[in-house]
Parts: sequence; C-alpha cells; structure tokens
Amino acid sequence: MNTISPDRGGPLALFSQRLEGLAGAERQQAVAALQHAGLPTRRVEAWKYTALRVLGQTSLSAPAATYDAAAARAALDHVLAAQDGLADQPRLVFVNGRHAPDLSVAPKGVKVTFFADAPRFGNAASPDRDPLVALNTALAEDGANIQVEAGVDGGTLLLVSIGLGGQALTFSFHPRHAVVLEAGARLTLVCVQAGQGAYFHNPVTDIHVGAAAALEHVTLQLEGAEAVGLGTVYADVDREGVYDSFALGVDGLLLRHEVHARLGASRAAVHVNGVQRLGGAQVGDMTSVITHAAPDCISRQTVRNVLDGHARGVFQGKVLVEQIAQKTDGYQMNQALLLSPDAEIDAKPELEIYADDVRCSHGATVGALDDEQLFYLRSRGVPDAQARQILIEAFVDETLGLIAHEGAQALCRAMLARKGGAGESA
Amino acid sequence: MSQFLEISGLNARIDADGQEKQILRGVDLSIPPGEVHVIMGPNGSGKSTLSYVLAGREDYEVTSGSVLFQGQDLLAMEPEERAAAGLFLAFQSPVELPGVNNANFLRTAVNAVRRARGQEELDAVAFLKLAREAAKTLSMAPDMLKRNVNVGFSGGEKKRNEVLQMTLLQPTFAILDETDSGLDVDALRVVAEGVNRLRAPTFSALVITHHQKLLDYLVPDRIHVMAKGRIILSGGPELARQIDQEGYTKFLSEAA
Repeated sequence: MNTISPDRGGPLALFSQRLEGLAGAERQQAVAALQHAGLPTRRVEAWKYTALRVLGQTSLSAPAATYDAAAARAALDHVLAAQDGLADQPRLVFVNGRHAPDLSVAPKGVKVTFFADAPRFGNAASPDRDPLVALNTALAEDGANIQVEAGVDGGTLLLVSIGLGGQALTFSFHPRHAVVLEAGARLTLVCVQAGQGAYFHNPVTDIHVGAAAALEHVTLQLEGAEAVGLGTVYADVDREGVYDSFALGVDGLLLRHEVHARLGASRAAVHVNGVQRLGGAQVGDMTSVITHAAPDCISRQTVRNVLDGHARGVFQGKVLVEQIAQKTDGYQMNQALLLSPDAEIDAKPELEIYADDVRCSHGATVGALDDEQLFYLRSRGVPDAQARQILIEAFVDETLGLIAHEGAQALCRAMLARKGGAGESA
Repeated sequence: MSQFLEISGLNARIDADGQEKQILRGVDLSIPPGEVHVIMGPNGSGKSTLSYVLAGREDYEVTSGSVLFQGQDLLAMEPEERAAAGLFLAFQSPVELPGVNNANFLRTAVNAVRRARGQEELDAVAFLKLAREAAKTLSMAPDMLKRNVNVGFSGGEKKRNEVLQMTLLQPTFAILDETDSGLDVDALRVVAEGVNRLRAPTFSALVITHHQKLLDYLVPDRIHVMAKGRIILSGGPELARQIDQEGYTKFLSEAA
C-alpha cells in the first residue's frame, strides 16, 4: 500500500497524510518513488548545498479552498505596477497554485487548458529522476497547459503565480505546467512567482520546443519573504529549436531554480542564464543539467550572483555531452560578487563529455567590489552607497542583457531595482 | 592669511604586502588661489601618492601633518565630500568601469556634486546637451559617451575622458597626475586647453608631469621638485626648462 511510514527520515513526513490513497497510475508511481528515495537531504549529491530543513516540522496541508481576494488582487497589482503596459498583457494567474480566472486575461493565438480540468503530466518530468518532481506529480492540483500551434507566433504570455501565506509555514502547492511549441512556433513566456509570507511553492514545468520553434522563458522568483520556492523545468528541444531561458532570483527564504534541458536533435540551442540578488539569510540555488544528445548543438550558460548579508548562493551546472553529440559548442560561466564577509557562494560546475570533437569551456569567479573602481566613482563626487549600487548594477548588466525580449529584460531590471539597497545587510 | 591650499608636514605611508612603507616624508606646499603649480621629480618620489592622499584614497595612511583646503580640514573629508568641495583628480591610469555607461556615469557624478553644492540637478536632456558640447570641444568621438567608462578606450581617449569629467564637474582645484603622459602633441594641446578654460582667480591646479612640453601650453606660476617624499626645491617656470635640459641629478645632489 502507498503509505509513508512515520519513521521515514527527512521532510517527506510533512506530506505523509496527503500522499495516502491517491488514484491514478502516475501519482501512485510517484508515491512509490518517494517512498523509495524520500525527499533529498544534504547527503544526496544534487542537494549537497541546499537543505530542505527550512520546511520545518509541521505537516504541510493543501491550500485552503478560499483566499483573501483583495490580498491576491493587491499582490497582482504590485507585480503589474512594475512596468508600464504590463497590465494589458495576456496573463494566466494562479493563486496558491490554483487558476484564478477573474485575475487572468485570455491570450490570443495560444491554446490554454488547465490541469485541474484535464491532467497532463508530460513526458520529460519522469518522477523517478527527481523526488521534487515526484512530490509534484503526487500532489499537483492545477497548472497551465500551453500550446502554440505550428508556425504560430504566440507573442508574449505572462504566467503569474501568487502565494498568500501567513507567518508560519503551513501549506504547500505543486502546480504542474506544460508548454508545447509545435514546429516553427514562437512564444515568450514570462513566469512571475510572487507572494507574501510563508508557503512552499513547488512548480514543475514540462516543455517541448518543436523543430525550428523558439521559446524564450523568463522566470522571476519574487516569492514571499518566508516562502520556499523550488521550481523544476524539463525542456526538450527538437532540431533547430531554441530554448532561451533566464531566471532571476530575488525574494524568498529558500529558492531553487532547476533546469534539465535536453538537446534532442541537431542544431538545437539552449540558453540557461540567470542572476541571483540575495541578502539577509536567503539561500538561492541555480541548478542545471544540459544534455547534448545530438550533434551540432549549442548551449550557453551565464549565471551571476550578488550576495549580501549572510546570503548563500549555489550554482550547480552540469553539461553532459553524449557520444553522438559531435561538434557540440558549450559555454558555461558562473560569477559571484560577495558584498559581505558572511556571504557565501558554492559553485559546482561539471563537464561530462563522451564525444571527441567538441568545444566546451567553463569557468567560475568569486570577488568583492573593486576598491579602485569604488574610489574612482567616489572621487567624482558619487556617494559611497550610490557608487556601490552602480557597481552592483554593472556586474549584472551584461547578463541581464542576454534576455532578448526587451520588455522581459526591463521587467527584470525593475524588479532588481525594487530590491535596491547596495551594501546593506537587509 | 589662510591660503587656498595649505599642506603642512604631511607624512603618509602605505601597507604593501604587510610591510609599511613611508612614502611622504614631510611635504610642505602652499598654493594660492588662481595659480597653476607644477610638481616634477624622479619616479618613486611620491608625486602620485600625494595626489591620491589629497583625493582621499584609503590605502594610504596619513601619519602626521595637515591639509587645509579653503579653510577646511581636507583629510577629515570623504572622497565624495572633497569632490563636492571642488577638488578633482585626473588619474594617471583612469579606471575602467565595465557595465557602466559613460554618459550615465558623467551625469550621476555631475548631479551628485550639484546636489552637494546646493545646485539644481540636470535632467537627461539638458545634461546630454552639455556633455556633447564639452566632448566636441575636447575633440572626442561622439560615441565615447555611449560606451562603457574607459573600457576599450585608447590611452589618449582615457586622458581626454578625464579632462571631460573635469570640465563637467567644474572644480576649483584640479590635480592632474601625468595627464600628458603618452599623448601626442594634438592631444597635449587639447588637455592644456581644457585646463586653461577653467583658469580663473578662484581656480588653482597642481600638475604632475615629467615634460616641459605640456608647460609650453599651460604656463605655470610655480615649479616644485619632489624627491624622497618631500619638496626639495621650488622656483619659477624657468626651473622646469632647466630640469628638462639638465635632468634631476644636479638638484638631487644639491639637496642631499
């Protein structure tokens, strides 16, 4: 029977009641996988630097059936106010993991259904690969299923997730999204994960980019101050397709953005870029596995971390080049700017190459603000705090410039500016 | 009567790899308002250190002495306060700021100084007009305002960018640390004209140089020779010509 024994170690016990008696083959498989592996502890290699201990000791229930509509509206308005014209964009809004039609604006040229009406787990996110995907598979209630038909330009679509939590962590939600771009289709998908207070947000997004299709996927992690946001993306890219992704980690107690991108046919390209701007006791983790499973593909990854206070950044980036993937062109760079002596970056770049004719490079740097640059600015009359802010912005400027979509890039800059505050240990 | 700039018995040292190294050993120097003074001296005599100490660089520890700037205790001020008070240092090696747009940098600096001086800040349009005119006067390529600060600039372009900053920040006291080094004759004239345009009864400059050439365009009031961390000799403009012809050796041995 699918029960979780209470002595099963780790945080899985927090979900034990909800994992009992689930129906459907996918969910039962997921529960079985969880029973076998548990939720990861730091003894698991992929979670060596990021502990789930912050989930606490109290059982996490499903979100309440109702929520404070005014608070949801206010949280959404706060997001939309970051940029002129953003409120007029088509958007799918979820509150505590459930679709909120009254807050959404229907897109044109894009077909959308919802998981709650027609569950679709997708192919890439196999539960036995990742316990958090298994947890999501077991507990998913809703999510967006987005489809762009062959040759159609779907424009820009906003997917806003709002978490409304209280002071203590008492509930979790596990949205299951799927994005399919048929051959030659295009879409810019901007996922804004915002909220307030404490909750556990565990979205899984299953993506298929068809032949010669192009998806630009920008994720902004602006979760509640006490929230835990652990998102997993599985992207499968067909011949000459492009998956161009960027993640911005800003708010939340513990954030993890995990991308598994697979270049499945020749001349496909993936970009897995990101910026983290963390302070206080925040932990932000950018983990990726890029698999070159076909020849002549390109992968690019640039991640920059700005860490203040006691914040800790984690970068785990694996590039796997299979034997068939000749003429692979891979580049990976992780750089960190530490603003305080107590800030920390844990970087684990990995190249695993089985093909013999490839070009792969990677690197990592860690540093503080440059004293000479700081003095130069101050000698021109720029006050110390402002000079620091200018240098911090300069550090992430080039990476933000990798976001091809102008509006999405501007939105990321606006959200970073809200964080502001150079040199402070907020 | 209080001078414009009054340096008295200035001693300063730097911590280099755990070794404390005394660089300034009792510098005395007075600069009255409206004058251009020149410091010459062999390499390693402390000229650049003096300019950094005056601008407020923290690597140097002032162990004794004082600097009064228009009656204020300069050494007690932050670098940005010194800039607001009217001090400007043109760096010998201008610093590159990747990711910082030159026009934004200039506007931020100008407005920070204007704010501190109680003047109204300039909006983007008004500033850009001012900056373009100033850049044109300095024969700078228009795209230098759009590029990142000093990134990919040639040596001459970096020096012109320093003079552009000086022009826009309107200091009352400018220190030019070998701004002429590595410049061709045309660039040299541009730099000198940049200083000459600021000349006024309320503006003074301290020019560090090795070459007489700059001084042909920038007629100085007084020449000081620095050696081993102090001023060993001062004189009129003819002293620079004499050094240009005879070198420092004679003066160093006389002072010893």
